[in-house]
Amino acid sequence: MGLKQNLHNLKEKYKGTKMAPAFNAIHTFLYLPNDVTHGGTHIKAADDLKRTMNTVIMALIPCLIFGMFNAGFQHYAAIDGSLRTDVLANFFTLDNLWIGIIKVLPLVIVSYAIGLGVEFIFAIIKGHEVEEGYLVTGMLVPLIVPIDTPLWMLSIAVIFGVVIGKEVFGGTGMNILNPALTIRAFLFFAYPTWMSGDKVWVYDAVNKAGTADAISGETILGAYAQNHEVVYTIWDKFFGFIPGSIGETSTFLILLGAAFLIFTKIGSWRIILSTFLGAAVMGFIFNQVVAADIITESSKFYGLMNTVWYEQLLIGGLAFGAVFMATDPVTAAQTTKGKWIYGFLAGFLAIMIRVFNPAYPEGVMLAILLMNVFAPTIDHYVVQGNIKKRLKRTKVKTA
Amino acid sequence: MSRDIRIKKGLDIKLVGGAEKTTKSSTLSSIYAVKPEDFHGIIPKLIAKEGAEVKAGEALFYSKGDERVLFPSPVSGKVVEIIRGARRKVLAMKIAADSNQEYKEFGTKDAAKMSAEEVKNHLFASGCWPFVKQRPYDVVANPNQAPKAIFVSGYASAPLAADLDYTLAGKEAELQAAITAVSKLTEGKVHVSVGANSNSPLSSLTGVELHKVSGPHPSGNVSTQIAKIDPINKGEVVWVITPQDLVIIGELLLTGKFNATRTVALTGSKFSKPQYVTAIAGATIADVTAKNLENDNTRIISGNVLSGKQVKEDEFLGYYDNQITAIPEGDDYEFFGWTKPVFNKISTSRALTFSWLNPKKKYDLNTNTNGEHRAFVVTGSYEDVFPLDIYPMQLLKAFMYKDLDEMEALGGYEIAPEDFALTEFICVSKQPHQNIIREGLDLMREELG
Repeated sequence: MGLKQNLHNLKEKYKGTKMAPAFNAIHTFLYLPNDVTHGGTHIKAADDLKRTMNTVIMALIPCLIFGMFNAGFQHYAAIDGSLRTDVLANFFTLDNLWIGIIKVLPLVIVSYAIGLGVEFIFAIIKGHEVEEGYLVTGMLVPLIVPIDTPLWMLSIAVIFGVVIGKEVFGGTGMNILNPALTIRAFLFFAYPTWMSGDKVWVYDAVNKAGTADAISGETILGAYAQNHEVVYTIWDKFFGFIPGSIGETSTFLILLGAAFLIFTKIGSWRIILSTFLGAAVMGFIFNQVVAADIITESSKFYGLMNTVWYEQLLIGGLAFGAVFMATDPVTAAQTTKGKWIYGFLAGFLAIMIRVFNPAYPEGVMLAILLMNVFAPTIDHYVVQGNIKKRLKRTKVKTA
Repeated sequence: MSRDIRIKKGLDIKLVGGAEKTTKSSTLSSIYAVKPEDFHGIIPKLIAKEGAEVKAGEALFYSKGDERVLFPSPVSGKVVEIIRGARRKVLAMKIAADSNQEYKEFGTKDAAKMSAEEVKNHLFASGCWPFVKQRPYDVVANPNQAPKAIFVSGYASAPLAADLDYTLAGKEAELQAAITAVSKLTEGKVHVSVGANSNSPLSSLTGVELHKVSGPHPSGNVSTQIAKIDPINKGEVVWVITPQDLVIIGELLLTGKFNATRTVALTGSKFSKPQYVTAIAGATIADVTAKNLENDNTRIISGNVLSGKQVKEDEFLGYYDNQITAIPEGDDYEFFGWTKPVFNKISTSRALTFSWLNPKKKYDLNTNTNGEHRAFVVTGSYEDVFPLDIYPMQLLKAFMYKDLDEMEALGGYEIAPEDFALTEFICVSKQPHQNIIREGLDLMREELG
């Protein structure tokens, strides 16, 4: 008897018991189930939710690997600034990767272990199957947190995010807010001094703060918000050799992921494009405000407002948010027209919040969460348009 | 005047096992069955009792809703068994066919000289009324309502569908007689559609408005054509008749006999020789497929793979069906099937699925669901295969939570379950779209009339 038969026998044994969802989750990971159609179409297309989610994870892998190298690079470059003069030679080194392995991998493992643990518990209690939503969330979470996020903090945030952000609504497909951003927002609001400081972005900056070996952990956004000088070139920003949350620094790799998602038809190109568009427009408006001398150098908003609009797209979490967060089909607008409006406003608000938020110079997370809340409203009005068209047709007939 | 219909949204599902254009006559089955469930929404009141002798065309039962609507026996013979289910619901009436078929005589008619009332009564009496179906709700037409138009789709775009140009060839006289008769039943037009490059006998009919249809499935679905030509508004009714049923009506008018023989396509990879056969409605499947079927772990479907009904060999051809499909069952596990690259299945995405590389390739799909049932997650994919001006996911959700106002406002009057077959096929969450629509339409019919 092979593995397939053994697992089949176990599945029959567990059928109807409390443990069935937990067993099935592992079984269906190894084998596509033997279910056949009944009552509807007799054939089905090849894709299921697992394949869809898996495609998103594949798009994220380059960002993760890059983030691991970058974790080490930012650490060593903060100690010895001369490393930045030849980035390519000093980036893909085993020393850098090692920092990534000891700092980033634990975040990934904790995120998956805790999140899937909560999913399994809920599946067993509520008797539904373990849903695939967390496969993507679990990968997104470590990519959008700072490198020095303590594992205990992450664990609490993940539990909160999965339970409050998703399970209380009924699980994958029913939630209103993006679960990964809910987790990130929890970290931000529960531990503000830790999460919004300028230390946590570079490994060891927190530990060394105040000592003779102190290193800077300042991000570009942090620097602009303080009207500090920024040392990175535009290409550093584009390729991602900058401090920031683990997976969000490389706009280049994020765009590569976007191309993959759009090509596979898994990600909505409308949302991605309109988010960038919205952000560019807001950035451009701010540039004009500065050009018109409405805001002067003495203003605390000057640094961020004066950032050239296309640079706004490269720094912070904007690209990552546009490609991997705003596109979450459950929490985004669901109609074609709605997606354009939703994406545009998400990008527009992201830059607005980024500039005006006094506590934390980033707005992508809050903008997308805000638009998550408004997405059903946008859809409502788009669908009303269709309904009105139908009513009008009737009136023309009867008039 | 001809108004052509061209759609871009949709999906042609190309399968192996298209019927070769040769027609074999199938032998007369020993047993035929009429199943009331083929006439959705009809509650049968029996006329013929067990043991009764009936002729072809003689009524077996009538509709509880309207006793003029009779349901005839397709063959002459003896009612040998009435199968009942829970609460004595009639599931099927089995008739042992005589070796010499006798037809009930209804008399020949000249359709051109009949009044609307005469046509109606003739269709009632001969048991041909059930061939007339209506939108909204996709049920046997309510004879008390006046349809604003009648639609006949002569273009079949469903997977492996019988080629109507082929099966209707030589039936011009019957089709014309039937069209002349049914066109009296509406104040509006009779819309007939044919494929863009077809030589269909339907294209030579007079007294109709002819439309040429092109584009992927569901361009042949009558809802698609109605939406493009004359969409249904609240309070309006249109009637729908299939061309193969028009042939039966036409033959009734010309010869006075109810002859439910039609050309049936045997399709799918599990037929050793996919081809056409002639068969009478309600025939035993095994007799129609005689020696042609490889029946080892095979799904036999009366109808097409999208909307047909699963049957066994000792069960019966559906009353309206002109196709039997046989495909392999997919009741096996596939190692890492959810993540490995897929070359032998159809997909509209490109998530390591490669059917987009070769759009002309024919596939041998089985009945595996390719995944488990989930809540709706992915958005925007249904719209690519759904040509109507309706928001499919929003409508499905309204049908699930049964908000009658929304069901009506979002387009519930314009659809039939078969219109949601493609969205069901591509659904990543494996939701039962057609069941959702059917249940919702039944509710609307009950509550809104």
